[in-house]
Amino acid sequence: MTDTPVQIFRDSDTDRGFRMKWWASRTAIYGVLVFWAVICLFPIYWTATTSFKMAPNVMQGQMVPFPQSWTPEGDWAKSVFYAPKWKGWESIGMSPQTLQQESTVRAEFLKRFGNSAIVALVSSTLAVVLGAMAAYGLSRFRYKWAWMKNDDILFFFLSQLILPPVVLALPFLVLYKELALLDTRIGLILLYTLSVLPIVIWIMKDQFETIPTELEEAALVDGLSIWGAFLTIIVPIALPGMVAAFILSLVLTWNEYFFAALLTSTHANTLPVMVASQTGSQGINWWSMAALSFAAILPLIVIGVVLERFIIKGMAAGAVK
Amino acid sequence: MSGSDQLHVVTSDDITPGRARFGKTLVWGAAAVLLLVAAAQTAQVMGWQDFGFASWRPTLYAYCLWATALCWAQVITRGEQGKRTLFVLPAALFVISLTVFPLLFGLIIAFSSWNLSSLDGRQFNGVANLVQMWHDPFYWNALGNMVIYVLAIIAEYAIAFGLALILAGQIRARKFWRVAFLMPLMLSPVAVSWMIGKSMLEPRFGPLARLARSLGIENPSFFESPWMAKLTIMVLDAWTFIPFMMIMLLAGLQAIPKELQEASKVDGATGWKSFWEITFPLMLPVSVTAILIRIIFKLKLADIVITVTSGGPGGATDTVTSFIFREYRERSNVGYGTMLAMVYLVLIVIAMTVLMKFANRLTKPRT
Repeated sequence: MTDTPVQIFRDSDTDRGFRMKWWASRTAIYGVLVFWAVICLFPIYWTATTSFKMAPNVMQGQMVPFPQSWTPEGDWAKSVFYAPKWKGWESIGMSPQTLQQESTVRAEFLKRFGNSAIVALVSSTLAVVLGAMAAYGLSRFRYKWAWMKNDDILFFFLSQLILPPVVLALPFLVLYKELALLDTRIGLILLYTLSVLPIVIWIMKDQFETIPTELEEAALVDGLSIWGAFLTIIVPIALPGMVAAFILSLVLTWNEYFFAALLTSTHANTLPVMVASQTGSQGINWWSMAALSFAAILPLIVIGVVLERFIIKGMAAGAVK
Repeated sequence: MSGSDQLHVVTSDDITPGRARFGKTLVWGAAAVLLLVAAAQTAQVMGWQDFGFASWRPTLYAYCLWATALCWAQVITRGEQGKRTLFVLPAALFVISLTVFPLLFGLIIAFSSWNLSSLDGRQFNGVANLVQMWHDPFYWNALGNMVIYVLAIIAEYAIAFGLALILAGQIRARKFWRVAFLMPLMLSPVAVSWMIGKSMLEPRFGPLARLARSLGIENPSFFESPWMAKLTIMVLDAWTFIPFMMIMLLAGLQAIPKELQEASKVDGATGWKSFWEITFPLMLPVSVTAILIRIIFKLKLADIVITVTSGGPGGATDTVTSFIFREYRERSNVGYGTMLAMVYLVLIVIAMTVLMKFANRLTKPRT
């Protein structure tokens, strides 16, 4: 060994290199995470803050709302901070002031909001009920309808996913006109249920197949009918999957625009149609558009944050077999 | 699998002839009511006799009645077996009546000239719509755009895979990142197209335009040149749907047994190599599912295009759906639009069948 006193415990060069590498990879990973989170969240932040802006704020590009009395002096502060105003929310009658008064714009907005909520909730419920029943039947019994066996029936249901909405749109337009279902919520509900049904069946089939059949067999021995066993034993067990399917359907139906734009005009308009119909006046009413958009996406942001694990569960259902 | 049920049920049904007869009567009775109502309405439409119907609703109600009777009669005539049928029958009836009938009806419309705003009504015009389609450059342009849009999925897939790998790794605050990354999927495309397409990309005051300007690009415009506009639409659509692929891939990654990766580490595989030799092949089935579903969703792309560019500039961003939507809105020609949609459907079915065959071969374990 050497004569000079040496530090006995010391990282070898390879170790140090390793640690350097470790830090580098950590930094890179969190860098990517932060970068992507900004990409995902900035538009939401932008919409929320724009709804409190006024024309000069938009033009000068200030980004951070800050009470005027606290805003520090200086030019840099003026280019970053702006004093939030309720102008955007006033335009849909939802600012603190206008909330006290009667307001036609608010009534309009609430009507659209209600339409969206009713259509989305009812069609998701209907899809989950129909879909869960069908998925349960297909996962437990052998059917033979004409030439169709279980796999064919399942394929028939799932193949609806491929059907682009545009193929159904115009025939439905004509049919609904004849049936006086144009511009009604029922008409939309029927179509939305149809469009999310394949997804629900997919998720629920996956869910039911994980439940052992011994459970129902025991229940049947105890004297329950097959429907009794389904409703009292299986449904409670499969509830998480049903919630997942329901939430996913809710997201899809709440956001649907194409059918709503085509099949509704004045009574049954949903929120996306209302948002889209105002985009013509771009550059003028940024704040009110932002307020409207933000109000339209807010329910789903809340659902996304609170029920995130159900959504992930639902989407992961088909992926892993 | 054998022909027997997964769930074994032993039942003793004794269905009396009377009960069976009652069930049969129920179905045929309801069918008779349906036929009668339909006949009466047809008579009124043809102008033979006025029954005072305002719309075709009564036929719809009669149809619902018949469907209910059919479901109920299953249990009456076939007992336990009928109860099982009852699980699938409502959904099947629902889907059949809402897709098969309109599709057949659509076929009739597709071969006719029908302008909803004119009073002439429907006129059968044979293959004239097909001929018109053949000479419609905008339709072919839209189809071409769809191919380009679908090809963009490769890039989306790469990004989604990267993000899923990071999320599956050891990171802090995993839940926060997951929620944040999931957010775009929750937002309505129409709101997104306003939020990003119209306001953030606004050439004068939008923050992204400002960013581009500070990076030295003069007069940033995102929708003026055809390719730029296409690219912007792709990015907007990718923004909404990357989370979708990411979640599916993440689920697949988490299902890979840890032992495999550990074994490869013991054998001396480095990160890059173990990804290509272990993770990626194992992820192939999930990847294929995710990509196929993504393609299906991509083929429906419309709302962003309709609200942001409405197909412009010069049809550069048109999708088939948005093109037909405009075709209807501007000329309210139902017949031609339906023909375009039907051709699109046939093309999709062919393409998806080929793709699924190809995917099957790809995911089949190589031995």
